This record gives sequence, structure tokens and C-alpha cells, in this order.
Amino acid sequence: MPKPKLALYWAASCGGCEIAVLDIQEKILDVANAFDIVFWPVALDFKYADIRAMEDKSIDICLFNGSIRNSENEELAHLMRAKSKVLVAFGSCAYEGCIPALANLTTKEEILKWVYKDSPSTVVTNGGVYPQTHTKMPEGEIEIPEMYEVVKSLDQVVAVEYYIPGCPPQPKQIWAVIEYILSGQPLPPVGSVLGAGDKTCCDECPREKKEKKLKNFYRPYEIITDPNLCLLDQGIVCMGPATRSGCEALCPKANMACRGCYGPPPDCLDQGAKMVSALGSVIDAQETGELEKIFDQIADPIGTFYRFSLAHSILRRKQP
Amino acid sequence: MTFEPKIIGFLCNWCSYSGADLAGVSRIKSAPNLRIIRTMCSGRVDPTFIIKSFQLGADGVFVMGCHLGDCHYAEGNYKTLRRIPLLKRLIKDFGIDPKRLRLEWVSASEGDKFAELVNEMTEEMRKLGPLNLKIQ
Amino acid sequence: MKQIKIDPITRLEGHGKIDIFLNDDGEVANTYFQIPELRGFEQFCVGRPVEEMPRITTRICGVCPEAHHMAAAKACDAVFHVELPPTGKKLRELLYNVFFAGDHTTHFYALGGPDFVVGPDAPAAERNILGVVKKVGLEVGGKVIEMRKRTQEVIKTLGGKQTHQVTSLPGGVSKGITEEERKIIEEHCKWFVDFGKFTIKVFNDIVLANKAYVDLILSDTFSSKIYSMGLVDNNNKVNFYDGKVRVVDPDGKEFVKYSPNEYLENIAEHVESWTYLKYPFLKKVGWKGFTEGKDSGIYRATPLSRLNAADGMPTPAAQEEYDRMYKTLGGKPVHATLATHWARIIELLSAAEMALNLSRDPEITDINIRTIPTATPTEGVGIVEAPRGTLTHHYTTDERGILTKVNLIVGTTNNYAPISMSINKAARGLIKKGVEITEGALNKIEMAFRAYDPCFGCATHYMPGKMPLEIKIYDSSNNLIDLVIRRP
Ligand code: SF4
Ligand code: SF4
Ligand code: SF4
Ligand code: FES
Repeated sequence: MPKPKLALYWAASCGGCEIAVLDIQEKILDVANAFDIVFWPVALDFKYADIRAMEDKSIDICLFNGSIRNSENEELAHLMRAKSKVLVAFGSCAYEGCIPALANLTTKEEILKWVYKDSPSTVVTNGGVYPQTHTKMPEGEIEIPEMYEVVKSLDQVVAVEYYIPGCPPQPKQIWAVIEYILSGQPLPPVGSVLGAGDKTCCDECPREKKEKKLKNFYRPYEIITDPNLCLLDQGIVCMGPATRSGCEALCPKANMACRGCYGPPPDCLDQGAKMVSALGSVIDAQETGELEKIFDQIADPIGTFYRFSLAHSILRRKQP
Repeated sequence: MTFEPKIIGFLCNWCSYSGADLAGVSRIKSAPNLRIIRTMCSGRVDPTFIIKSFQLGADGVFVMGCHLGDCHYAEGNYKTLRRIPLLKRLIKDFGIDPKRLRLEWVSASEGDKFAELVNEMTEEMRKLGPLNLKIQ
Repeated sequence: MKQIKIDPITRLEGHGKIDIFLNDDGEVANTYFQIPELRGFEQFCVGRPVEEMPRITTRICGVCPEAHHMAAAKACDAVFHVELPPTGKKLRELLYNVFFAGDHTTHFYALGGPDFVVGPDAPAAERNILGVVKKVGLEVGGKVIEMRKRTQEVIKTLGGKQTHQVTSLPGGVSKGITEEERKIIEEHCKWFVDFGKFTIKVFNDIVLANKAYVDLILSDTFSSKIYSMGLVDNNNKVNFYDGKVRVVDPDGKEFVKYSPNEYLENIAEHVESWTYLKYPFLKKVGWKGFTEGKDSGIYRATPLSRLNAADGMPTPAAQEEYDRMYKTLGGKPVHATLATHWARIIELLSAAEMALNLSRDPEITDINIRTIPTATPTEGVGIVEAPRGTLTHHYTTDERGILTKVNLIVGTTNNYAPISMSINKAARGLIKKGVEITEGALNKIEMAFRAYDPCFGCATHYMPGKMPLEIKIYDSSNNLIDLVIRRP
């Protein structure tokens, strides 16, 4: 039997997802043995043209990381979709936009204006012209891709079979998925989230939880927390209750609150809404003035509750 | 043509829904813009329902529950009391006017109050204009 | 007019792309090195709580998240006007030096080094980590993998996550180490120092013992006489985590030494409409276009420039190598781009020695690791050396510590102009009228920028193979008339 064909691609990505794949260490050699790797621009030499020349659906599985930020990303998403039987949104960027999708709280114009005009180190040249998709130079015309107004997740531009959450997905979880595929067992239903648990981050967290009655929130730098007690109980906004299990609560184990990189828990459409519900149940106040004072202590609700999942949330962006 | 706002009303079964019913039976006139969804308790109104309503085209969302202390599930409306203001902050961050989300307590006997609130909310939404949510 | 496209070459913030234009005589008219992506961190971080920046800006780069984590943490310290307890600072420095040693290792063995160790004219199929193993011995492959594993383990212990660290926050770190953890880290660090010495030996035996390689390093095609930048400590020794930025002119004379909060008086950025990346330059010299020399504000921020800008290394074994490098290459400063590889392994050794010292520091297991800030947050600049260049984070906040302005000058960005110039020079030197464009020529163009370790090159890590390089030659009506592909 021929080996299954595997492709890996990055769109608007930081590279951490690629590093995470390499961090399965020696097992990377097992991957190289078990699969015929047909495309992996970061590590191996294949060209876009090689992919274009392939028959449709001839790649068995494609792990796609990075979000859709510009026209080049989208073009490649369509190409990989056409050529792959199974397309996997790999990592938080492809799955739900991740931190770079916080750009959906601002606009393309505001970004360009700051970077190419207003930033204190920028020297405005040629009357402050922004980068253009086509520029005529004395020698000829040169091109760059078009930046989009908003950041999109992979499944907002093409159909996706599976999702692997995490920023980045933990190497252990990546290996678990690969092992499962190699075992030849039937693949889970389309739309499933792979390489993660089906509970919340709190379920994996070793910190002791009590019945919560919160009257104050603190910013992480304001207090020294008890290493054995739940951070939320101590008034630190922790996304644990609104986050899928899978990382083994890495951040709380390092005395830092979860920020939600494993995305919303099962059956939850919107991580921010889930966090509102969770906080609604733990705050101890009934009077409007007192409540508002407590909420004032939560710095940046939208940027915290949707730190990783804004592009894939129900509302996706700030209204322009 | 005047703009007719679409308002989704999440009404708790025990108090507010009965209040709305009473308004209807008593033929108290109220704006027809509220589309009512009956829930067992205001505490059952998941913030996701509200956000989803906006996404699906609501210009406003009105949550109504029993007066504090009267909730049939004891604590349900206290949760609502804490969630809605936080959610208002969140939708404001999304660039949506927080007035588009409102919480009020309406008992089974407050048919008048119900009608008045619906009229008020409808007027308010009319003033704000259509939400025309952009998600791309 | 013909147009040659090299696409994609490697990844900075996006997939880099080179266009080379030939005139009707078949000579290079001009080259354009373009960066096709912008993610806009500086704008969308506005409105975020400043203490989250060490956890947000890591996502600028998954290859060197440690650098952003630290620059952000230092900028936060400055914003809150807070002094760290000694142990808090030392824990950050320990993490950072271990990261440096690991990162330089992967670059040297998997990416840039094979050009030398295996040889620039060796068949492409051998110019990779496997070729290195073949030439140096099987043991080296295992060592490189082990080095990476060990550095990752220390980083996870200190940073909470091996990619995208979380433990630094304003005033210190969230997590200390126990005596048991310290012992394990010390063992690792001893191993790192041995590995650093071993690497120097590999370089000596294979590169320096071969006159042809030394000549290549010193050849004019790979040299550019520009300013050198690097962070130095109080004694003007190289420091990766802390200190002042020192810039020396092309003759090696100190041009300026500035504190982080003076960066705006010294650095400015030039914009071109055909690329999303800006070109930083020395403000007091000015932007004079893509030219070398004292009158052009273009500078380099690389391992080599750091050594040029400093008076020496902070640790003994690295200092010995430092002296030997300058002696061998004819004194300070060195402008040979390919000597960057040598400088890189000297830094690797130094980082390992620094880490070992820190792991033995009696204070390192102290439990006082964080100062709680009390001053009102305002504005601050944090600078560290990233492996690929000086990294500057500049934040302004309101009185609640919510960001109102963010400006970043990222490691590789510093070198955008020098990389562009090195590509141009190599292309002009290697593409000649009537001469066929060979794979060797392509590799040498690639070597010119690979020496800078442009970010993401190092993501290839210990994977066999290197970045693909594809040059397309078009005639004046844009028909493809030739295609040259360099396979690994
Ligand atoms: S999910 Fe995280 S690690 Fe992966 S590319 Fe995006 S930012 Fe990087
Ligand atoms: S809220 Fe955070 S600290 Fe508390 S149990 Fe959940 S994950 Fe752990
Ligand atoms: S604790 Fe939360 S933020 Fe940290 S790795 Fe796990 S899911 Fe991601
Ligand atoms: S039953 Fe009416 S609010 Fe709970």
C-alpha cells in the first residue's frame, strides 16, 4: 500500500506551530517514514507549482496553520483545499484567528496609518504613501499581496474537516493525533476538534477550587498569588472555565492565568459569552453601583475574553 | 418609510411572560416590534443567545425576569443581574451601542409596565437606527 | 528588460520575495527584496493592558518568542518604574541565555553552517545537517538534537511553556526555581558549555583550517562597510539581556551609545511603497538610499555587529575566541558578512557560560522574585538583543496601564537594508551577461542573506534540507523563459 500523502502549510503564522511539529522530537522521523510528505515549505523544497500540478484530492491530509490575513493566504487556502481530502485547521490562528485577530478590533486604515505615518520612528516619505499592491519602478512593475480588512479563520474561506486547537498545539497532542491517524482507525465525524480534551482547562488544573465569592479583581502584577489556590478565586481573571482542556493547564502551573489559547470548550459557540456567564456566577454583589465598580477592575474584557478566538466568535470584529 | 426595529425579547416563563400575557389579554397597546422567546428563567438566557440574536439581525435585545427575590429558581435572576451589565460592556467593546441590550424585572401583574417598556425600547431603537451588523 | 523572481525565499514577517531586473545587456539593473505581510501588532495592542504584552507579543514570532517576551517585560518594568529583585532579573537572564545558546545552535548546524562545514561548492543535496553529520561524524547529529531538547526543557521550566513563554510580568517573574530544579539546570548548562567548545572546534577544524574558506569569508562580494550595532554592559562587553545600545562606525569608532529611552533620537524608519517592511536607519546620519559607508545611516544588528560594537565578551572562553577571530580576520571591525557565522558560535559559547554562571548563583533559588509596582504607569522602552538583532519595544499607557501607543523595531527589521544590499551585491557579482545562471550562483546569493539568519530560516531546525530557491526569468513581456530551481 502506498504511504498516505501529507502536506503542511502556513498562512499568516508566527512559525510557532511549525516549531511545535518539530518539537515532537525524534518522532518526526516516524512521521517522515509513515507519510509521503508532499509539501512543507518551511522544511522541504516544493513549489506552489508542484501542488498546482497535482490531481484534485490527491493529498490525504493537509495540516494548515496560520490565519487568512491577505490575498496570498486565501489563494493558498483554496489551493490546499482543492488538493486535499482532509484539511485540518492546525493551531489557534487557523482555527479561530488567535492573537493576530485582535486586529479585528481596529481597521486596516488605522493600522496602515499608524505604521507608515504616525509611529514616532517613521519618517514619512513620498507624501506618506502606504505600501501598494502594484508599484511601478523604473525597471518594471513589482507586486505584493493585498492586506484584508479583517483577519479570518481558515473555515471562513474554505470548508475544513478538523480543528487542532492551541497556540501552539502541544507537541504531545500533535503526536496523539498523528498516532491515531496512523492506527488506521476510522476518522472522527467531520467538524471535530482533535488533539484536545472535552472538558475545560479548570478540569486539568491542579489548583484547589472553592466556592467563589468575588468582590475584587486584581491585575496580575498587583498581587502575589497563593500557588495552590485557584487564581480566579484569588481575583485574577483566568480564562480556565471558558477554555477547552488539552494543554494540562500549563499557564496556571506557572502561576499565570489561562488566556484561553485552546479555544472554547465543547458545545460552546463563543468563548467571550461563556466567560461572561462564568464570571456572572462567581461575583458576589447585587447592587448596581457595586457591580459596576467590580467590573471596572476587569481590564479590557474583549481583549481578554477573546484573546485567541475573536475571528471565530459570533460577532468576529468591532463594528467599524 | 419609518424604520421598524426588530427586538428580541427573552422573557422568563413565570413572571415576565405572564406580564406580557396580561398586557395582551387586557388589550394594552404595545409596539409590535418585540419578538418574544419564552425561557424558563432569566438565568437560563445564555449570553450566547443574546450575541447570536444580534448576529441574526436583531436591532435590540430585551431580557425580562422576575423581580429580585421572586425568581422561581431562587438565584437565577441574580446571575442575570451580574451577567447583563458585563455583557453590555462587551458589546460596547464590539462597537454596538449598549442601549441595544436591556434588562428589566416585570412581574405577572405588571402588564402596564410591560407595554410601557416595550414602547420605550422600540422608540429608543428607532432613534438608534438599524444595527446593520458587519462581520466581514 | 528581463525580470527574475525569487519566491519564496524565506520567512520574515511573511514570505520574503526577491525580484531581480536585468537590463537589455543581461546585467543586473536592480533588485527588490519584498516582505508581503503586515499583521499590525503595534495598532491592535492599543487598548490592551500593558502587563499582557509579554504574553501577546510572543506571537510576533514563534521562532524567537523569548526575545519579545523579554523586551516586552523590560518595557513593562520601565512603564511602571519598577526595579526587579536581583533573583527576578537573574531568572529572566538565565532563561534568555539558554534560549540564545539553543537558537544559535540550530542556525549554525542546520541552516547557515552547512555552507561552510560541508562547503559552499558541495552538491546541494549534501549542504544540510546530514552533510554536516557525514563530514563531522555521526555523534554531531545526536548532539544537536540533544542540545535542542535540553534547551527546550530549561525554557519550559523557567518560562512555563516551551513556545510562547508566560512567566515574565512587570516587576519580575511569576515562578522561581527550587534547589532540585537548579541542580538539573546546572547540569544542562555544563553540557551547553561543552557543546559550545565542541562547536568552536568543529569550526576551527573544518572552516579555519581551509584557506579557501577563509578567502571566501574575506572576499569582497560578501562584505559591506556599514555601521555596527549591539547591546553592551557597563564594561562595554556584549550583553543580550540588558545594557546600552552602542553603535560603531565603519572604522570601528564609537558613534553613539544610547539608553533604551533615547532610541527615538537615534533610530528612524524609512518607508517604501513596494514592501510592507520599513527600513530602520541611524537618524543622525540619515537615509541616503541603499549605499554603504560612513555617510549612509544603514547599520547591521547581527552577531557580528554585536562583537564589532563591543570591546569584548563577558566570559573567558568566549573572550579567547573573540580575540582569535579578530586576529585571524585582520582586526576590528570585521565587515565580512560570512564572518557572522563565526561570531554566532562565539556568542553561543558566551551564552552557555553566562547561563552556567547564573545557574550557580547562590541567589538564583531565592523566593523574592517579584516587586509589586506602586508608581503610576506612564511610558517605557525595553531593549534586548534578539539573536537576529537589537529588539526595541516602546509603550505608552494611560494611568491605568492601558496601552495608548506601541512602537516596535523588531530584530530582523534592523537588517532589512543590509540584507537587501547584500543580495544586490551578490546578484551583481554573480549574474553576468552571457553567463548561465547556475545553481552555485543561486546558492551564493542565498548565502548572502542566510548569514543574517533572517527570521524563520531557523525554523528548519534539524530537518534535513534548506529553503527552496526558485529563480524565474521573464522576458520583457512577462513570458517565462527560464526557470532555475535549487533543490536541497
Ligand atoms: S497558533 Fe500560535 S503558534 Fe501557531 S502560528 Fe498562530 S500564533 Fe503562532
Ligand atoms: S480558573 Fe484558572 S486557576 Fe482556577 S481552576 Fe480554572 S484554570 Fe485553574
Ligand atoms: S493554560 Fe490556557 S493559555 Fe495557557 S496553554 Fe493552556 S489553554 Fe493556553
Ligand atoms: S424564574 Fe423568572 S427570573 Fe428566574
